[in-house]
Amino acid sequence: MKILVPLKRVADPDNANKVKVNAGKLVTTGLEWKPNPFDEYAVETALRLTENGTATKTRQGEVVVVTFGPKDSETTLRAMLGTGADRAIRVDTGDDQIDGDVVARALKALVEKEKPDLVLCGKQAVDGDSGQVGQQLAEYLGWPQATFAGSIESEGDKALLVGREVDGGTIKLRVELPAVVSVDLRIVAPKSVKSVHTPATHAYPEGVRFAALMAIMAAKKKPLAEVKLADLTSDAAPKIQYLDYELPPARKAGVKVKDVTELVTRLKTEAKVV
Amino acid sequence: MSNILVVAELSEGKVRKSTHSAITFAREATKGGGSFTLFVLGDGAKAAAAEVVAYGAAKVLVGEDPSLKDPVCERFAPTIAAVAKAGNFDIVAITASSFGKDIAPRVAAKLAAGYAPDISGVKADGGKLTYRRPVYAGNAYVSCQLTTKVGVVSVRQSEFAAAEPSGGASATEDVAVAPADAAASKVTFLGIEAAKSERPDLGEAKVIVSGGRALKEKFAEVLDPLANQLGAAIGASRAACDAGYAPAELQVGQTGRVVAPALYLAIGISGAIQHLAGMKGSKVIVAINKDPEAPIFQVADYGLVQDLFTAVPALNAELKKANA
Repeated sequence: MKILVPLKRVADPDNANKVKVNAGKLVTTGLEWKPNPFDEYAVETALRLTENGTATKTRQGEVVVVTFGPKDSETTLRAMLGTGADRAIRVDTGDDQIDGDVVARALKALVEKEKPDLVLCGKQAVDGDSGQVGQQLAEYLGWPQATFAGSIESEGDKALLVGREVDGGTIKLRVELPAVVSVDLRIVAPKSVKSVHTPATHAYPEGVRFAALMAIMAAKKKPLAEVKLADLTSDAAPKIQYLDYELPPARKAGVKVKDVTELVTRLKTEAKVV
Repeated sequence: MSNILVVAELSEGKVRKSTHSAITFAREATKGGGSFTLFVLGDGAKAAAAEVVAYGAAKVLVGEDPSLKDPVCERFAPTIAAVAKAGNFDIVAITASSFGKDIAPRVAAKLAAGYAPDISGVKADGGKLTYRRPVYAGNAYVSCQLTTKVGVVSVRQSEFAAAEPSGGASATEDVAVAPADAAASKVTFLGIEAAKSERPDLGEAKVIVSGGRALKEKFAEVLDPLANQLGAAIGASRAACDAGYAPAELQVGQTGRVVAPALYLAIGISGAIQHLAGMKGSKVIVAINKDPEAPIFQVADYGLVQDLFTAVPALNAELKKANA
């Protein structure tokens, strides 16, 4: 199976509460670039689908990672090559000049060239929190989609059984390939991904894998191509325009209560919610 | 002046409450002129449409078809796009639930429309709609506009109050269900596993009792009596779900549900950014945690530093006494 994984770098999501706003502009100074966590889960999923979990050195298929960004976003791609992806593509853009729709249309052209069996992406990037690229790409390609996947079982590379995590439960879908699948966080639980290459009894460690030092060195030799955005789409105009940022209204300073009696009194008389 | 198509979300043949939030959005967006039309589609749409004729819609469109029994995007999106085109609507509004967020981007792509997801506010000035939406897990908000003639938005239930009926009776009109996308033939709906619960839905509950990993195997044993006492829904942190103490569909946060009840009790929850993203909009937040440094206390209106295994039963007893 050949899998394409689009990947975005985002300002350190574990410190997202440190973003600031200055004159309507968002300031993320001091926050390190990190791969979008849901995209990392997509890469991990792609690796699990293309290997025998008990012998992960040999790839049974190909995993291609692609990002949209400036030259230094190649660091994010190299990190993914270190974990086992075979090849990387960087579409040369700024970090902020495009929107999800431009990305989806550019990816369509890239998919038509690369011809993967599956596009795996994160359910959303945790900076803009839009969650649209996968679905829009599926529409532009005329492919089926399965969003918010918490489990995937491949059926001999022809179809996937996907467990979609939805409000109030899990929807099970069978999707014939090629398809676009977006993943949610439980996809990286030990037994969430079942490939045809891995014994059914195999359990992965929880979460995504880290690159060994040797692998990071070796990844420097893996191919990383640069593509111009204009070569993928002639229309790179965003359809959404961000105007002014602001911080959420500050919550009034809370109080510590000494016991449940005080808590209930305050909830009754002050907050009037019980 | 905008004409808005509001897509209703059905669950077991009933209009979900999230739809009423989308109606509130439409009312606000058409304050300066324009109108909104409701589109009820799915299996059982005809009967469900009767539930929403008294909300001031210019019309209630009904798309009833057995092919829309299961929520398969490749079947719903073509009809929504076709109806939006035929009616020349400026905006298509869909609920920001897992149903809406699956479908809305695909509809936007079909209409070459801009997409504003998860909107939390709208202002109509000079005929142009300006939306407000959370970014960075709710740590910032941004105002935005769509540059396209037609726009698609998904509306956050937690940020728009549920609309009340405004009287009158909108005319209903049957619309043809468009052929499914070719891709629909590649998708088989195998079923939905949903836990049956007598408790209110997380998105609609006025009170939520939410538990973290600290509850361990006693998650239900400790929280159920309190939730019963308060008529509350039960939520959970990622850690509690990952550890298997609570089912995944109870998760509140970036993965899981975004909620804004009148009262949110965070019990044994440390308050990771991903969790706060799902509950920071709650009106009153109570945190019970034995770690005084837990970040949850930074957003809590009332904090109690105490072991939850003693605090929760005591709280329950105190509430019983107070309400007796």
